Amino acid sequence: MDTAFPLKRKDKGTSFKLHPQKVALWLFLVSVFMLFAAWTSAYVVKQSDGTIPDLEIPLMFDYSTIVVVLSSVTMHMAYIFSKRNQILNIKISLLATALLGVTFLVMQCMAAVEFTNAGGYWVGHPMSSFVYVLAGAHGVHLVSAIIFLVIVVNAAFRYRVHSKSMVRIEMCTTYWHFLGGLWMYLYLFLTLNH
Amino acid sequence: MAVSEAQVLEHSGANEHHDDHEHHGNFVTNYIFSLDHKVIGKQFLLTGIFWAIIGGGLSIIFRLQLGFPDMDLEWLRPLLGKWITDTGKLDTEFYLALVTMHGTIMVFFVLTAGLSGTFSNFLIPLQIGARDMASGFMNMLSYWLFFLSSVIMFISLFIETGPAGGGWTIYPPLSALPQAISGSGLGMTLWLVAMVFFIASSLLGGINYISTIINLRTEGMSFTRMPLTIWAFFLTAILGLLSFPVLFACALLLVFDRSFGTSFYLSDIYIGGEALPNTGGSPILFQHLFWFLGHPEVYIIILPALGITSEIISTNARKPIFGYRAMIGSMMGIGVLSFVVWAHHMFVTGMSPFLGSIFMILTLIIAVPSAIKGFNYITTLWRGNIRFTPAMLFSIGLVSLFISGGVTGIFLGNSALDIFLHDTYFVVAHFHLVMGSSAFFGMVAGIYHWYPKMFGRMMDDKLGYIHFWLTFVGVYLVFFPMHYIGIAGFPRRYYSFTNFDAFSSFGDLNMFVSAAAIITFGAQFIFLFNFFYSMIRGRKAPENPWESNTLEWTTPRVPGHGNWPGEIPTVYRWPYDYSKPGSESDFIPQTIPLSSTPESNLAHEEESAKTEQVDK
Repeated sequence: MDTAFPLKRKDKGTSFKLHPQKVALWLFLVSVFMLFAAWTSAYVVKQSDGTIPDLEIPLMFDYSTIVVVLSSVTMHMAYIFSKRNQILNIKISLLATALLGVTFLVMQCMAAVEFTNAGGYWVGHPMSSFVYVLAGAHGVHLVSAIIFLVIVVNAAFRYRVHSKSMVRIEMCTTYWHFLGGLWMYLYLFLTLNH
Repeated sequence: MAVSEAQVLEHSGANEHHDDHEHHGNFVTNYIFSLDHKVIGKQFLLTGIFWAIIGGGLSIIFRLQLGFPDMDLEWLRPLLGKWITDTGKLDTEFYLALVTMHGTIMVFFVLTAGLSGTFSNFLIPLQIGARDMASGFMNMLSYWLFFLSSVIMFISLFIETGPAGGGWTIYPPLSALPQAISGSGLGMTLWLVAMVFFIASSLLGGINYISTIINLRTEGMSFTRMPLTIWAFFLTAILGLLSFPVLFACALLLVFDRSFGTSFYLSDIYIGGEALPNTGGSPILFQHLFWFLGHPEVYIIILPALGITSEIISTNARKPIFGYRAMIGSMMGIGVLSFVVWAHHMFVTGMSPFLGSIFMILTLIIAVPSAIKGFNYITTLWRGNIRFTPAMLFSIGLVSLFISGGVTGIFLGNSALDIFLHDTYFVVAHFHLVMGSSAFFGMVAGIYHWYPKMFGRMMDDKLGYIHFWLTFVGVYLVFFPMHYIGIAGFPRRYYSFTNFDAFSSFGDLNMFVSAAAIITFGAQFIFLFNFFYSMIRGRKAPENPWESNTLEWTTPRVPGHGNWPGEIPTVYRWPYDYSKPGSESDFIPQTIPLSSTPESNLAHEEESAKTEQVDK
């Protein structure tokens, strides 16, 4: 009785269809968003207690924010180039994005050093620990995005990213923009809340 | 004792499972690292049953202590070792660990993974007409992360300092300070690690369920033609997606506090006269984060059970479900409200009474969608040609438990009454009825109902009836007296009440509850026997044993990988055309075109029958 039925590629379906992997990515982004929503609201709750230590948000965050915005621009250029099948430009802009991503991470580490020197310790008041948690968790996600990007770069060098094979780069762009946007949110949240 | 038995049972189950089928591919790819949603569903089910036996067994041990505080428990020494003290009593800290692990196991491992994991995996592709889940690999990963989490949690039961002991809600500072109780040491660390894997597993599963339901429905399966089970799984997955990351955020900060020196939840604590360095944190912050997950979590548990019940009651009452859209609407309402009521768990944390009254009103509003569901179940049953299958009995049992447990929710949701009832056995009675037992009944009902599709054989009805009546009466005998114990002021999680004169007159009531609990737990072994025995010796099931309308009953007796041998069936109608006036048969499966049933079509169906495209 238990025969393995062939998994046909063309099954009938409803007309309302989205790309399953893209849906899964968006749902993943929802869960990442909830993670940071939880932390930032915890931060607000904590802040309402009073007794806030006098801490300056590191200046380096201003520069790293610029870098992350630039990386989103190059990422989007890569996306547009792949729509137009400009293979060399795809490679250049993807590599630039990866480079900017790594630069951003390095700058975040420098920001952590700056923050520590200014008296914002990891072990200390929760308000200063929160800065590490928020920036650190964002950094961890960015590492995963860079890994994703490396996979796309690899595909681009094998001529597998072009106008007829867009799913990977579309998903990578979505993720990258999301993380850029997430950092903008965290940056504004931290600076405006101080 | 219960533990080893469970392992034997599960083991024999796995063996049986393997003999029952022909082989394609090898044993490992077919039954262990399988990508097939049905096998993954069964893996969740067997693991869930294994955990249910352990979780239930733990509760029996602490019920012995509560009901018979003078009993000599020396005979448990072979199982519990040094957790039995020299005087033959249960170790007090181990008692706390038992309560904690019972809660954790039941809430997360049995009623979340065991219930959602089993039925979402098994039923979603079968009922929406899909070959498999959107991503079989993610689905497999979801199970194996759950398995890893299970292994870690299981190991924590056997370590020297004992498993986590701070209650399933792991409130800091108790859970954050290893020096507080032995259960906050390594056991707590393992608890947190296990939960991280559990959350990852739930998220992977949930993402998969949602994208499968959105993308892989067969032709004609619009959202308004989906069975209510699928609606329930869909909304459950959305709740999980929104709330589990918050638990993760909450647990991660606790990990930092425990192991990396931060003080998110800690402030101004003295242990043995020595001040801890932590300042500025707040344990209330933990409660906000925890209950933001924790409250949706109870709906993550109950919604799948309600969905399963809708399907079973409609099928076995031979009537369309009353208020299909109202059912969907009320599930959505419950889902939305579940995110704005978390602070009703925190009325006694010193919150502003004004805030308390807002959360009270929001909480009481949940009674509306819940009552709509209750009324709809009853009106579906009203004047139906009811077939009392074991699954149907358990579904009706769920409705009964959901209502009687729900009523006490109105008491507890009241911020003034809650000051008295908070952390008493009244709360224990409330949530064991409304979500614990209800969800358990839903899960068992689902197993009885879909067993023929899972294993191709029927379970024994007579054993099912005995199981139902013992369980149904037993559950009420256990939890109803607890309301009185709670009103009398008995606090939860206390090791013993013998030192308080005021409580001595309730000693026999506690004894009664314990005796009922033991009998009810014992009755579950009838079910286990039935479950495993029927896999080998059960009567072979027909393709559609319950004369049901949904798509899973159009598959072969034991569906293979891909579910349908030929084309995927097309859907032409909603799933609840039971006893339709004019129709000769009392059920019309979803695959029957409207154009072939002119005798029973309603006016608007007659209209759409004219334009219907039937590919034959």
